[in-house]
Amino acid sequence: MPAPIVRAEGLAKSYRIGEYQAGYETIRDTIAHGARRALRLEHRPTYEQIWALDDVSFEVGQGEVVGFIGRNGAGKSTLLKILTRITTPTRGRAEIRGRVGSILEVGTGFHPELTGRENIHLNGTILGMSRREIRRKLPQIVDFSGIDKFIDTPVKRYSTGMYVRLAFAVAAHLDPEVLIIDEVLAVGDYEFQQRCMGRIEDISNSGRTVIFVSHDMQSVSRLCDRAYWLEEGRVALTGDSEQVVAGYLQAQAGVGAEHSWSELDAAPGGEVVRLISARVVDDAGKTVDAVDARKPVGVEIGFVVLSPGTALFPKIKVTNDRGEIAFNALDTDPRWHEPADLGEYVATAWIPGNFLNEGLMRVDVAIASLGAPKLVILVNVPRLLTFHVQDPGLGDSAKGLFAGQFRGGVRPRLEWTCVRA
Amino acid sequence: MEQRSEVGLAERARRQVRARAVRRREPAVSPAPVDPNELPLTVIEATGPRARLELRELWQARETALVFAWRDVKVRYKQSLIGIAWAVLQPLLTMVVFTIIFGKFAKFPSQGQHYQVFAYTGLLPWTFFSTALTQISASVLSNRQLVQKVYFPRLVLPISGVLVPAVDFAFSALVLVGIVFWYHVHVELTVLLAPCFLLLLVLTAFGVGSVLATLNVRYRDIPYVVPFMVQIWLYLSPVIYPSNALPHKWQVLISLNPVVAAITGFRWALLGTPAPTTIELTLGLASALVLVLFGFRVYRRAESRFADTI
Repeated sequence: MPAPIVRAEGLAKSYRIGEYQAGYETIRDTIAHGARRALRLEHRPTYEQIWALDDVSFEVGQGEVVGFIGRNGAGKSTLLKILTRITTPTRGRAEIRGRVGSILEVGTGFHPELTGRENIHLNGTILGMSRREIRRKLPQIVDFSGIDKFIDTPVKRYSTGMYVRLAFAVAAHLDPEVLIIDEVLAVGDYEFQQRCMGRIEDISNSGRTVIFVSHDMQSVSRLCDRAYWLEEGRVALTGDSEQVVAGYLQAQAGVGAEHSWSELDAAPGGEVVRLISARVVDDAGKTVDAVDARKPVGVEIGFVVLSPGTALFPKIKVTNDRGEIAFNALDTDPRWHEPADLGEYVATAWIPGNFLNEGLMRVDVAIASLGAPKLVILVNVPRLLTFHVQDPGLGDSAKGLFAGQFRGGVRPRLEWTCVRA
Repeated sequence: MEQRSEVGLAERARRQVRARAVRRREPAVSPAPVDPNELPLTVIEATGPRARLELRELWQARETALVFAWRDVKVRYKQSLIGIAWAVLQPLLTMVVFTIIFGKFAKFPSQGQHYQVFAYTGLLPWTFFSTALTQISASVLSNRQLVQKVYFPRLVLPISGVLVPAVDFAFSALVLVGIVFWYHVHVELTVLLAPCFLLLLVLTAFGVGSVLATLNVRYRDIPYVVPFMVQIWLYLSPVIYPSNALPHKWQVLISLNPVVAAITGFRWALLGTPAPTTIELTLGLASALVLVLFGFRVYRRAESRFADTI
């Protein structure tokens, strides 16, 4: 069995925060505090110790692309700083096999007075390329950046876009065994971001290992095989990147793919009908957090009719994470035209494959009856369920070969006809 | 006609698609080695303060040190009006001022040389030393962006801090050649020993500078301390006066300053003025070695926390 490329065991890092953490200090302060302490005019400063990273272990195999996600301050950047040896851990141990290249910031060490070409040399060397390597790759780097006309202009005259292009071009041509990337895709225009993603895919396809931190959940689930979700310095969830992303997004939204009420009195609803359960299922009937955009997904609603005489029906509303309504749907089965009998019902709304857009979907579940001209809502639980729609990007989904993203809640695959006029 | 141009369009579109497909594959990423066990292993641990010098790692980072120096030199002369002439003008104008004040008015002894020559041969190594000291002590803080965002052996910073003054030194040494011819100075073969005395200065600057650079990460009053320190140090060193003009009873104390032996020796190598005494040489070398070891130790102990405290 091949050795893992990166192995981390119990990595932890603590910082002291306290009264001395207010920026830098001067020698005068230190002497003054020391003297006052010696004269017992002042207590020892009380430091508060915070663990930015607390017992994190993981292994990354060769050619794997592993993502780290989590909120700001969850410890992602600290972890990357330890792996890139910028700082040392307080506890724990990590082993890395092979050369490590890191891009924790786009354009680290760029100097505004130097020209693009000079900065390629500067930045390349700082990132760990040899002079010969830089000279060999220079044409590729310039070509990738697409700013060959300005390569001999000082970078202080560059626009932000040009600057970022050049910086990423250098970083993208590092050929280390392990590439560590922090949040770099957040910059640059859309087209360039796509090129960067493509480049990262190429790098991982060539058998290199990539460790990737991002807030962009789409790129994490697209690029990464596995993901780790860090929460307050610890690994909260790990596994298949799509599951981890879905879990993370659901936690952010505060709700999951399943909900039920054990006590009927506490269940939402009234004297006529109460909701007792709801969940998101795949075509095999299993509860799922993440679904493939190409496959159908069901919203299963369980409810109890408590008093007879009302014609009612289940209804759902699906909204994406921008708050845009994807659709409203109600059960059109003729049985609901008549007043419903007493008892428990389980209705499932099947959303076809290749219909919803990618991203986090929130589901409002309701039971309604017809009134004129509006619906009479008997029960409505907004955002009762969430699930994550993911497109593996293989070209056979509703967006075809397009690698980017559409806006909106739905992205149906339509029947197109075309004739040559 | 119309039909043909349409075919042309379609063909062109097809070609474009094909070209794009080829281009996408083109920026070849070189294949990674197959067996991870054969790759060099890096271990990251919560080690205590490192004190060992990792020479191999430092050697691998030599290009980084050179590129830092190259950047600093390049940037310094990029937008300046008279460029490299600054390196020459600074000691030259100081020499003129010193010659007028100390040579003509105060009539300082100059060991049988023209005071101009005496002053310049002192100012040359002194300027090298003082700029190196200043550069090294600022080297970590002025690269804080890098220290926080990328790893390289941190010793690269003080080392590249010596390289930039060395370039300046090379240019101002050209002026010395001119002065030597102008004043018909007879240069002996001892001139070949001059670099040894410069090395003494490098050690001293590195030792003191590393301590200051380390303190600078944490205490922001160091930038005010350094120029003051350099000024005092100038008067404690035999730049404007010869060291043998000082009272003999203080010789031991004075010799603890390695710059005394370095400048006296540099002049001796060039001009044949009295050589540094044995006390000056041994004490100077000893204190330079102590300084460099101390500075090295302080720096190495602190460097793993630079990114956290800077």
